[in-house]
Amino acid sequence: MILVIAEQKDGQVNRASWEAIVAAQQTAEPVVVVVAGQGSAAAAADLAAAQVTEVVAIDGPGLAQYTADGFTAAYAQVVAERQPAHVFIAHTYQTRDFAPKLAARLDRSILTDCTAVKAGTPLTFVRPMFQAKLAADVAIEGPAPHFVTFQIGSFKVDELAKGSAPAPVVAVSAAVDIVRQQPDAPFREARQAVDLTQAERIVSVGRGIKAPENIPLAKELADALQAELAASRPICDAGWLPMERQVGSSGQTVAPKLYLALGISGAIQHVVGMKGARTIVAINKDAEAPIFELADYGIAGDIFEVVPQVIAALKA
Amino acid sequence: MKIAVCLKQVIKRDSTLRVDDARTWVRDADAEFEMNEPDAYALEEALRLKEQHGGEVIVVSAGPARVQTVLREGLARGADRALHVESDALAQADAFAIAGALAAAIGPEQVDLVLTGLQSDDQGFAQVGVVLAEKLGIAHATIIMEVKVEGGALRVKRELEGGWFQWVGLPLPALLTIQSGINTLRYATLKGIMAAKKKEIRRVDAPAGVAPRQKIVSLYFPEKTKQTRMITGSPADAARELVRVLREDARVF
Ligand SMILES: Cc1cc2nc3c(=O)[nH]c(=O)nc-3n(C[C@H](O)[C@H](O)[C@H](O)COP(=O)(O)OP(=O)(O)OC[C@H]3O[C@@H](n4cnc5c(N)ncnc54)[C@H](O)[C@@H]3O)c2cc1C
Ligand SMILES: Nc1ncnc2c1ncn2[C@@H]1O[C@H](COP(=O)(O)O)[C@@H](O)[C@H]1O
Repeated sequence: MILVIAEQKDGQVNRASWEAIVAAQQTAEPVVVVVAGQGSAAAAADLAAAQVTEVVAIDGPGLAQYTADGFTAAYAQVVAERQPAHVFIAHTYQTRDFAPKLAARLDRSILTDCTAVKAGTPLTFVRPMFQAKLAADVAIEGPAPHFVTFQIGSFKVDELAKGSAPAPVVAVSAAVDIVRQQPDAPFREARQAVDLTQAERIVSVGRGIKAPENIPLAKELADALQAELAASRPICDAGWLPMERQVGSSGQTVAPKLYLALGISGAIQHVVGMKGARTIVAINKDAEAPIFELADYGIAGDIFEVVPQVIAALKA
Repeated sequence: MKIAVCLKQVIKRDSTLRVDDARTWVRDADAEFEMNEPDAYALEEALRLKEQHGGEVIVVSAGPARVQTVLREGLARGADRALHVESDALAQADAFAIAGALAAAIGPEQVDLVLTGLQSDDQGFAQVGVVLAEKLGIAHATIIMEVKVEGGALRVKRELEGGWFQWVGLPLPALLTIQSGINTLRYATLKGIMAAKKKEIRRVDAPAGVAPRQKIVSLYFPEKTKQTRMITGSPADAARELVRVLREDARVF
């Protein structure tokens, strides 16, 4: 049996959790889904539409808000009771926060950020390594259950198998004694001046730009294309461009007609913020850079040689 | 405040990677190495906390003899001393083995705070910090963008997805995994580099008999699934062709 830990907020199950259910369904093992916290009853009712054998909703004192201590204790109880062969979870920020602790608490293996399951006994899993420049097939060792987390977007929600009738929902009350984290309500920073989500064209710079002195070159290209300037995280971390121009999982999600990536490698946390662009162009000196896997058009070359020529060609 | 910072040594970012003969790791015999990026931010945060609250910063790394280079770099930037869990096997070990090795070094030190990066650039587990906290029996919080010490406890700002944040209170001792960009890095001065030569790097034995939790069956370059149109030729020719296809085929302007 595969136990899927689903994540919900205000009763709403996130998309990545549905993807984890699809991953579990595609192994042909029976699937049980568990969801915790305030709102888990509403989430469980939605989850019961999937073709699964059971949905478990855990609530109780100490689980109103997500905390690593609270959720680890609650899930540890369910995993210990149900003895699944695998526990599948979407690799979200919340999962990063509790899943390694949960596996360590139960003294079991955990494999993170997987992108595919390879059939066979035992199952093996594909995960990126070295910033997605390489991939590895990995086997998990030691006693079950084995914990596996899946990169967002690795499975398609429209492949979800629905049940002919809703799956049975079981409510469990968890006794959580010690919660050391005291969370405040989540918030967003004040609205920012630049709204990249509305931009039709974006020129985005990554670490390949090398130095802040070279940002004007990218700006000149952006102006020639009537595009907004954006960046990958390291550029904003270094203060070369303001944080509000960051694209990716911790920045803005954009969907322009044109996204031109200059010296960006294509890490998953960047890609989730721009893969919805209609036309993606990458200029990168490394012909093996993962960004080319996504690009419609690519130039394997040095941005300092190519970009001035593109500006010239646009002005010609 | 006594603070331990975990520094991982990883292959330099722009290196050309080659898979080894066994197809389970990269050829790293002649590779260049550097400090894992978020770990540099974790070290900077520790140094700032020491400047504000006093105490000591201990840098810790698990791996072969070569990882002493990052420990030396940490000492040059201002850490007080270093612990090295030396073992060749730890170079490719899984997160449980690494966390166990780090716990063996950090546990006896009875520190107030442990800082790690949120993720390593090579294995990318995003696990070692959280597992280490569980092994040390201390509270943790991940993906941290700001740290305040208030009345003997912590208030930390966690990054959530899509531009959301959250403040979380935590008792000490605690472990935090630090996100890149939390502060502005300082670099080692010549004086720091000289001073580092006199600082101690103490060796700690790796725990024996730790069974591996996962095995890399094969390592390879991902297959290309998308048909990217690669535009070749001189920079000038490629640029002209790119502008043409964007105008005429993609019609993006
Ligand atoms: C929890 C979490 C959240 C994150 N959130 C984000 C986010 O929101 N946004 C984001 O972008 N990242 C985010 N990251 C970081 C992400 O994982 C990558 O580290 C980052 O995207 C890499 O940026 P980069 O591509 O600019 O740099 P690198 O990966 O260093 O790539 C630089 C590229 O430039 C190329 N290059 C170098 N010189 C030249 C040249 N002269 N000409 C042409 N090409 C050249 C190189 O070949 C390389 O491909 C996050 C990470 C984590 C763990
Ligand atoms: N071998 C190691 N030595 C010291 N610290 C490490 C080691 N491996 C991982 N870490 C720390 O744990 C963090 C997360 O690594 P990982 O779980 O591999 O993604 C890193 O940013 C480091 O701070």
